[in-house]
Amino acid sequence: MTSSQDQGNEFYALTVNGMRHQVQDAWVGESLLYVLRERLGLPGTKGACEQGECGSCTVVMDGEAVCACLVMAATAVDADIVTVEGLSTDGEPTDVQRSFVDAGGVQCGFCTPGLIVAVHALLERNSSPSELEIREAISGNICRCTGYGRIFEAVRQARDTRQQGAQ
Amino acid sequence: MTPSSSPTSTRSDVNGVVSSRGVLGVSALRPDGIPKVQGRFAFSSDAWADNMLWGATLRSPHPHAKIRSIDVSRALAINGVSAVITADDVPGQLTYGLITSDQPVFARDVVRYAGEPVAAVAADHPETARRALDAIRVEYEVLAPLVDAEAAIAGSHPTIHPDGNVIRRQRVVRGDQTFIGDVVVEGTYEIGMQDQAFLGLEAALALPDDDNGGVELFVATQWLHEDQKQIAACLNLPLDKVRLTLGGVGGAFGGREDISLQVHCCLLALKTGRPIKMQYGREESFFGHIHRHPARIFMRHHADRDGTLRRVEARVVLDGGAYASTSSAVLINAVTHMQGPYKCDIATVDGYAVRSNNPPCGAMRGFGVVQACFAHESQMDKLAVACGMDPVDIRLKNAMRTGDKLITGQTMDSVAPVERCIRETAALPLPPLLPEEPDVLQLPGGSGLTARRSNVKRGVGWGVSIKNLMYSEGFDDYATARCRLSNGIVTLQFATAEVGQGFVVLAQQIARSVLGVDTVLLEPISTAIGSAGSTSASRQTWMSGGAVDGACRVVRERLFEHVAQRHGLDPLRLVIEGTDVVDSMGSLRFSVAEASRDLVFDETFEHHHRATEELDENGQGNCHVAFAFVAHRAVVDVDVDLGLVKVVQVATAQDVGRVLNPLAALGQVEGGIAQGLGLAVMEEIVLVDGKMRNPSFTDYLLPTALDAPDVLVSMIEEPEPQAPLGAKGIGEPPCISVTPAIVAAIRDATGKDLSRVPVRPQDIVFG
Repeated sequence: MTSSQDQGNEFYALTVNGMRHQVQDAWVGESLLYVLRERLGLPGTKGACEQGECGSCTVVMDGEAVCACLVMAATAVDADIVTVEGLSTDGEPTDVQRSFVDAGGVQCGFCTPGLIVAVHALLERNSSPSELEIREAISGNICRCTGYGRIFEAVRQARDTRQQGAQ
Repeated sequence: MTPSSSPTSTRSDVNGVVSSRGVLGVSALRPDGIPKVQGRFAFSSDAWADNMLWGATLRSPHPHAKIRSIDVSRALAINGVSAVITADDVPGQLTYGLITSDQPVFARDVVRYAGEPVAAVAADHPETARRALDAIRVEYEVLAPLVDAEAAIAGSHPTIHPDGNVIRRQRVVRGDQTFIGDVVVEGTYEIGMQDQAFLGLEAALALPDDDNGGVELFVATQWLHEDQKQIAACLNLPLDKVRLTLGGVGGAFGGREDISLQVHCCLLALKTGRPIKMQYGREESFFGHIHRHPARIFMRHHADRDGTLRRVEARVVLDGGAYASTSSAVLINAVTHMQGPYKCDIATVDGYAVRSNNPPCGAMRGFGVVQACFAHESQMDKLAVACGMDPVDIRLKNAMRTGDKLITGQTMDSVAPVERCIRETAALPLPPLLPEEPDVLQLPGGSGLTARRSNVKRGVGWGVSIKNLMYSEGFDDYATARCRLSNGIVTLQFATAEVGQGFVVLAQQIARSVLGVDTVLLEPISTAIGSAGSTSASRQTWMSGGAVDGACRVVRERLFEHVAQRHGLDPLRLVIEGTDVVDSMGSLRFSVAEASRDLVFDETFEHHHRATEELDENGQGNCHVAFAFVAHRAVVDVDVDLGLVKVVQVATAQDVGRVLNPLAALGQVEGGIAQGLGLAVMEEIVLVDGKMRNPSFTDYLLPTALDAPDVLVSMIEEPEPQAPLGAKGIGEPPCISVTPAIVAAIRDATGKDLSRVPVRPQDIVFG
């Protein structure tokens, strides 16, 4: 914690989007979500339920999609963490990001970063998901605006584009 | 436009014409899309300032109690705590409210709902702030809560607020009050308390002016100017000392129309002289905003033997909770929509919005009409059975038309394609039967593997609705927009809250269409320009769309005048074709960029809708501006032994006037259907003695990707002459009649007489 309680000169390091970040004088109770957003300047990951129910805070840890609100930041020191900001290295939107915009999968956009990360993780492990596999894979990401129809379409577009690219 | 959940080409218009320009009628892509998918879009919860402190709110644990004392000394003593404020620190008006100023900024002597703010703190870290809240000592004398709406009406409970226990009573009385139909059906219907559950939690950043004489607030809201007015009154500051800019809004659905943390955040900033960030967690969000009114509605329908609807009787009771919010307007919507989208000459409606010690209720998508529709559509099905008719036929027989009189005496002068909505919905294909060996994810209950194929029964149900557009009862909810054209680039300014619906792309489409430009820049959405009214009541396409259209048209006139003068032409000969200014009677043609080179055309326009009237004591009067209609057909699979429901498909035909952006329109329809599905089968804030039992996303269930039905959509395009762009609002209708349609489908599958939403497993198994 910054100036008041539990202060120490201790630090730990997190590997986020391929970069080592020092986390200095942090309260040990801080979630990975809080540290990403408030200490590392990576506000792309969103918080909406703090209970791992909505998926807005989805990040990839060692290849696995997880809810950053459920991870104690200080326990993630050995993990390789990828956030929505790290999906593209050149600043250009990824195929999944592009398909979400083109297919109308974005309205208010608050659930979007978590969904983008979850869909990237899905397509990494299964390049040709079926309709039901798509639905199951993103069933941990709540969207309140779209009713999911355009999100399914975005995932189909990204899947099909990748498959065409692979042929 | 016909169907689809099928792929939509992103830039083809409704006729399939491909355009490279994002003009009206094509699926132009939203300008905030790429920032949002990249995580670069700044939501209000992402706002940050040097030297900022975190604000947090202490809330009452009791639904009704006297406050004997508040001791903040231990909280103030905590290292890192900069301020603790209570009602004693409010310099101006002690209350706020959208229609009636009856809700305290902080409770002073009495708390009236569990979750009511009592104090707020500012500290250097959210955890410090949380500990400070823990350290505040409030001594309460617990009182008996008023949680029974009927007790509020009967006057059998002591008054819990100086304004009384009934917020409003309104009757709608029309025609022969002694009429008894050949066929009479009745029922009592209950609607549970639904939450807006927008994903982006309440958040704001307040920046005090250098002299602490004013404040700037970045906040997620639906109506900047209304917030500004209420905040300034509480802060005792002139309006120009309270400047609001819209922080990125993560959904709203009515839940951001009322003040939540705005005043607290500004008070802390002025008290500490430092930037204050406040953001609610999910649990606090359930306490911090209003909800959809739970309702109990008795209805009796009278008809001829051939199914002709003759009279509706209704008694409507809405529980408004502790403070008035928009309860009186929600009540008006409910009582004036009780006939549904059907012609009916005789009405006897009595409605109450009452005060209680339950959480306050106000605006949510559908605004009183959701409750009315569940009752009248359940009744139409009962009437169909009593008359030996099909649910579709009885609705077609009674379908309202333009020119019919409403039960308020108002003439329906909107385009009213009710019959067409029903017929086009019926024409959409039904889904295939559940396979004999389905994937578990297709079964009710899903991956829990709780349903057995052999227990699953299919049902089909219908719902049709009417919804007013814009504000009612004499309120002039105008919208303002400014358009600046220079060097072929348009800059638009408006205070219209973009909450996710996509007004930002619609505004660009309007400017491209009217002015023949491609580049349309948007100024920050703020109180630096006049009000746009609220992003609610399905009104911004019509109202702010009308304002942007008006501002662009005035600029176009100025441009034409300039070009005409320079070339010695009558300006009336000039038109925009593509991106060119063209002489329609000659050969002159050059680009808008050239025509506006080194010039500035800058115009501001206000759009007002036609005036409306208040209702008289019998509920008679031209109180609404315009109406839209929609039909829904739902198909469900139900495990009748376990009470599990899977909504398989929803087909809908919606009266939209004109589709301005097919992709955005489809998104509104699909999203609204999901929210209506939530109310039908899963979403409810459970209250016990005034206390919320499920204020979390673990316990308040929302539709997930596995709950989403296949959606088939037919857009009914009959341009509305009253509407500036021919387009009706499309936001609310999708969520209204889908709820009764789903419940009717469950009744069809189970044979149960279900009369409340959400339908719970026990209602199906034991009902």
